[in-house]
Amino acid sequence: MKQLLLGDEAIALGAIHAGLSGVYAYPGTPSTEITEFIQGNAIAKERGIHSRWCTNEKTAMEAALGMSYAGKRALVCMKHVGMNVCADAFVNSAITGANGGLVVLAADDPSMHSSQNEQDSRFYGKFALVPIFEPSTQQEAYDMMSAAFDLSEELKEPVLLRVVTRLAHSRAAVEVKEPKAENALNPSSDQWVLLPGIAKKKYAVLLEKQTAMVEASEKSVFNKVESIADKKLGIIACGIGYNYVKESVGDNANILKVSQYPLPAEKIMTLAKECDEILVVEDGQPVVEEDVRRIIGDIAPVKGRLTGDLPRMGELTPDCVAKALGKEMPVILDPAKNLAARPPQLCQGCGHRDVYAALREIIEEYPDARVFGDIGCYTLGALPPFKALSSCVDMGASITMAKGAADAGLRPALAVIGDSTFTHSGMTGLLDAINENSAITVIISDNLTTGMTGGQDSAGTNKFEAICLGLGMDPAHLHVVTPLPKNIPAIAQLIRDEIAYEGVSVIIPRRECIQTAARHAREAKKAKEAQK
Amino acid sequence: MKKDIILCGVGGQGILSIATIIGEAATKAGINLKQAEVHGMSQRGGDVQSNLRLSTDTIYSDLIALGGADVVISMEPMESLRYLPYLSKDGVIVTSNKPFVNIPNYPEEEALFAELDSLPNTVVKLDIEQVAKDAGNARGANMVLLGMAAPYIEIVTIEQLRNAIATVFARKGEAIVEANLKAFDEGVKASK
Repeated sequence: MKQLLLGDEAIALGAIHAGLSGVYAYPGTPSTEITEFIQGNAIAKERGIHSRWCTNEKTAMEAALGMSYAGKRALVCMKHVGMNVCADAFVNSAITGANGGLVVLAADDPSMHSSQNEQDSRFYGKFALVPIFEPSTQQEAYDMMSAAFDLSEELKEPVLLRVVTRLAHSRAAVEVKEPKAENALNPSSDQWVLLPGIAKKKYAVLLEKQTAMVEASEKSVFNKVESIADKKLGIIACGIGYNYVKESVGDNANILKVSQYPLPAEKIMTLAKECDEILVVEDGQPVVEEDVRRIIGDIAPVKGRLTGDLPRMGELTPDCVAKALGKEMPVILDPAKNLAARPPQLCQGCGHRDVYAALREIIEEYPDARVFGDIGCYTLGALPPFKALSSCVDMGASITMAKGAADAGLRPALAVIGDSTFTHSGMTGLLDAINENSAITVIISDNLTTGMTGGQDSAGTNKFEAICLGLGMDPAHLHVVTPLPKNIPAIAQLIRDEIAYEGVSVIIPRRECIQTAARHAREAKKAKEAQK
Repeated sequence: MKKDIILCGVGGQGILSIATIIGEAATKAGINLKQAEVHGMSQRGGDVQSNLRLSTDTIYSDLIALGGADVVISMEPMESLRYLPYLSKDGVIVTSNKPFVNIPNYPEEEALFAELDSLPNTVVKLDIEQVAKDAGNARGANMVLLGMAAPYIEIVTIEQLRNAIATVFARKGEAIVEANLKAFDEGVKASK
């Protein structure tokens, strides 16, 4: 049976049908829909597959590793920068190895559609020495989930599945199979204790497994060869790069499609020996291009992003790939003249707006004030009309950067962080600040949800005062306010008072996200109608 | 046969519902489809677009190439101009003629429409919100737009699109289905 599925949905359904027992994730574009699909899926509900959101990617990765230890199949999902957050657990899971199948899904965002960088998660797979799958189609994404779990259990290692925005957020018809049963509980009898003595042995085992991983890639149905008589050019096309190549040259090219790593070195050597030159087409950073150069040496020249044949940054497009292949299509019309950029904005009626209106007053009164921002809808406070933020770097960095700046003598130093980001990675930084009674004013703008990714549950809802007090906050400098236009003067006055205090203050403006509030109202109405 | 369609507008205007209906019609008709969407940060009041590719042959790329779009369907006139370099020689623009102004530097309306009218391509414009209101379905502007575009989509018939509207809105009840079909029919009428 064929179903029209988003790439993310194909991944989710593929995992459920592969006998998944738990998905562990923190929301992040373009990966969010995977977990949301599992949360709404009938089989997942019937089987009781774990699908609640985690506090951050590290807790997700570790919980999944625990499920794997217990013998069941676990999936971890995140956007690419989430790999940085869980890197400690991820890299070491390759040393412990897996028991039940363990698949780590990283959704990269080349071109930074909704991200702060375009780091390529394949580096992480290579770094941790684990196999990587990279689907080119929604169908492959579905099929690979099963193959990845099987390979993980065969090799007893975690497997990385890397997708990019254009696959995650694109729909196509997918042929689906019958769901497999879950694994039975079967805890590992092996010691996963990474004391140096044990870790050394386990690392040696991981290195030994590399041969089997390369063999799996050489034999993989996902790495296929297409040949023609004209051997001028050989194309190594990775993931969705394959689609753009096919769009341009059809069946008229020598192509090695790469969708499983470590790279199939033998297949690459064969192509290099046959062809006059090699073009590497990969979405993201030039990971394969560098490796191909190393593998084939002087046998054939290698073109790609590093040689300027493809752009060094940004996602691949059918246009840039066609150009690299000398098949560029003519553009008929020039860009329009009467056209302006339309950046995203905070919704009308959003509580963050009222927080920024108050902060704007403060910034105008105190020219030396700096507001360190964080990651969420409220990062839009950096844009006009508010222009209130000096920084936004990574999850939780608002509090710690404000602290460091205050340590340097900057006054007033303020931080703005959302509720979900605070529990993700802000709490530990606040503890640092409290322990030193740093002169910072922290605003935890609490909209009771993870707003930017579409309104997922926020781990700390109803617990923020308790968390702050538990970390040692002085109750006299902990305030909760309601961000509404009529309260802006009072909120601004409260901020004035607290920046005058030479210590940690926390102000929590709390009002539900208007998007989730509208959704909750619709659901309540529906429930009421159903009762009638 | 193939049709490459760019759907565009401002976040929240309902372009994804249009995509869903064309997708449903195409899938029922056994036509291959790929549809790339934009989620996340760009949804709130920013420009949004979706690349919808329909073909009787295999479709490889999820994205439409520059100069490759057969139809641009836009919920907003300035947004339709954003994709001019994607329009093919015989490409058609079907757009609302009602500006949605949420930025301070929105272009002069007169100049904007003059530019649209000066294009060598077929441009179909309509006040879809007014038509939807007159049809008694103020929220059905996107269905009016789909109706306007229907004669240019070709690869699925107008009847197949009507059936898809009935299927997609079925769970919302018969009244909603009827209201959306009426809005769609008004759009088809206006397009002719």
